[in-house]
Amino acid sequence: MSLLSLRGVRREVGLPDGSRLPILTGVDLEVDAGDHVAVVGRSGSGKSTLLNILGLLDSPTGGAYLLGGEPTDRLRARRRSRLRGEVFGFVFQQFNLLPRRTAVENVAAPLLYASGRAYLTRNRAAREMLDRVGLGARADQVPERLSGGEQQRVAIARALVRRPRVVLADEPTGALDVETGARVMALLTEVTAETGAALVTITHDLSVAALADRRYSLDGGHLAPLAGDAHLLAATASRSGADGPAVAGTDDAWGRPA
Amino acid sequence: MGAAGVTGVLGALAEAWGEVRVHKSRVVLSLVGVFLAVFAMTTVTALGQLMAQAQQEQSERWGGRPATISVQAYDPMTGMPPAGDTWDSAVATMIERYRMTGATSVSWGDGLYRLPGGAMQVQTRTVSPSYGPLHRIEPVQGRWFREGDRTSLSPALVVNERFGEMLGITDLSTPSTVMIGGPQPVRATIVGIVREGYEQELIVYRVAGGGGPWATASAGSDAAMYGPPSLELWVPPDQVDEVMSTVQHDLGLALPDVEVMVSRLDNSELEESMALLRLAIRGAGIVVLVLGGLGVLNIGLVTVRQRIREIGVRRSFGASSGRVFSAVMLESVCATAVAGVLAVGASIVLVRNLPLQQMLNGGVPLADNPGFPVAAAVEGLVAATAVGALAGLLPAIIAVRAKVIDAIRF
Repeated sequence: MSLLSLRGVRREVGLPDGSRLPILTGVDLEVDAGDHVAVVGRSGSGKSTLLNILGLLDSPTGGAYLLGGEPTDRLRARRRSRLRGEVFGFVFQQFNLLPRRTAVENVAAPLLYASGRAYLTRNRAAREMLDRVGLGARADQVPERLSGGEQQRVAIARALVRRPRVVLADEPTGALDVETGARVMALLTEVTAETGAALVTITHDLSVAALADRRYSLDGGHLAPLAGDAHLLAATASRSGADGPAVAGTDDAWGRPA
Repeated sequence: MGAAGVTGVLGALAEAWGEVRVHKSRVVLSLVGVFLAVFAMTTVTALGQLMAQAQQEQSERWGGRPATISVQAYDPMTGMPPAGDTWDSAVATMIERYRMTGATSVSWGDGLYRLPGGAMQVQTRTVSPSYGPLHRIEPVQGRWFREGDRTSLSPALVVNERFGEMLGITDLSTPSTVMIGGPQPVRATIVGIVREGYEQELIVYRVAGGGGPWATASAGSDAAMYGPPSLELWVPPDQVDEVMSTVQHDLGLALPDVEVMVSRLDNSELEESMALLRLAIRGAGIVVLVLGGLGVLNIGLVTVRQRIREIGVRRSFGASSGRVFSAVMLESVCATAVAGVLAVGASIVLVRNLPLQQMLNGGVPLADNPGFPVAAAVEGLVAATAVGALAGLLPAIIAVRAKVIDAIRF
């Protein structure tokens, strides 16, 4: 039984003229604990919609989404919220740190919705997680005083602080330069692997997708395994030629750490 | 409530407090309105109650407490009051029969007093000691009459301030006396000073001698000028008509050749006018509070829109609709409750330190000083919290209805 299972998932939205616009047209995807899955696609291809459905922020209009074998369409709103907090950690393109709160307050914020010991020890857990992402010394800085890379590291610490089973990363390097993005992705991959969480990354950056074990492309609302290593390799090489190494410290064809 | 419930409540409070702390300037700005509104409402309510009390006491000083009835009797042929003994006996029987507790006698006349500038005729009310409580008389110096004063060899007097000034009395801690002139001069003791009378007007209260609480003073020739002495009875307002007819009937039977007049002395419309005054004050307070609440609502609506992204992010942490609602609501309620406490505190400090008796009651101490009305303080706190809840309601609904996906995308 997979941790996450999408079976023929469809998602449509209504348009002002009354017609329906299909975004996802039948997506099948299985994600297990410890998996690292990347979904690539052009802007507007439905990547974020897919991620929102996976993270219980949105619901499919057709098909089935099973979470730990349990159909999600029967979940009540309160349980959906609870599962979202317990099972998933989110990393956003724009970091989405809470302004004017220190790094430690930001990382501790998800634990405000936990209960018992996790709630009571939230600040200590937040500091430990910041230490882990190399920001222990900047724990009391507000986001406005942190660089983009540091902000995304805070966001990664925040996504992982509740020990989620799945980390959903939406264009995690989209707002970072290539080098910083590579470092952040390496960190995200490493820390996620340490905690045994699955990592689902959506990106339009093939070098980021290259870090994943499984890669899919989303096109026309349909999810398919990414075609051809040669195609991806060429794209990665092309970026490396223009901007320097796409992923620092990588040496295989997928740009994975050596 | 389980552990999860407790941490849920604690978490919601921590979240609300975090919001208040982070957005200090916005919170302070929105709370200035609530603070001023609650301060104004509480202060106006407290002052209104003190003012109403002062007005009521001023009215009662003149006409007695609700309900005071005045009973007079005179011979229709001569216009003179009945003989003291007959009158006292009839009144005593009636009071005994109906177990009336609030009764006092008063007769008006002139007394001749030897003052430093020469002897002067001064209007004198001869009253029984119970007249003071019935008319809420509070001396500014000394004391009111006691039962023991009736048998004192030196008649006890309570004079007004002007009279005291003429005698050069500055302090009643040492005995002050004045000679009452007439065929048999007598030295009277001034036991108290009241603040009454206009400008140069001299007023003297003299304790009625002998007898029980209804004992009449000797009417003498003053009855012709000022009317016969009267008996005042303090009766429950809802029984006033019944008591008036009973008194009329019983005294009429006991004093066959005498015309008995019974009338209501206190201002029966006072309650109504006081109720109107209180209503007006309350109305003004509510209007002020609503204006303050609109300010909070306005700022709350603007800021909740600015915080939609943050709310979306919190939803991704697992915040339920209920939690988002209660966090926005609690933030508003916590903040306005704090403003309410500060406003009520400031109002208490102001009201306690204002020279209110000088301003409202002509410097006369209130017989029943209500102090700072607890009701006004409680009302202020409840109103502040209610304003917070109402002003937080709309932003909280907007926060819950915000689309998470749109909120976190932009």
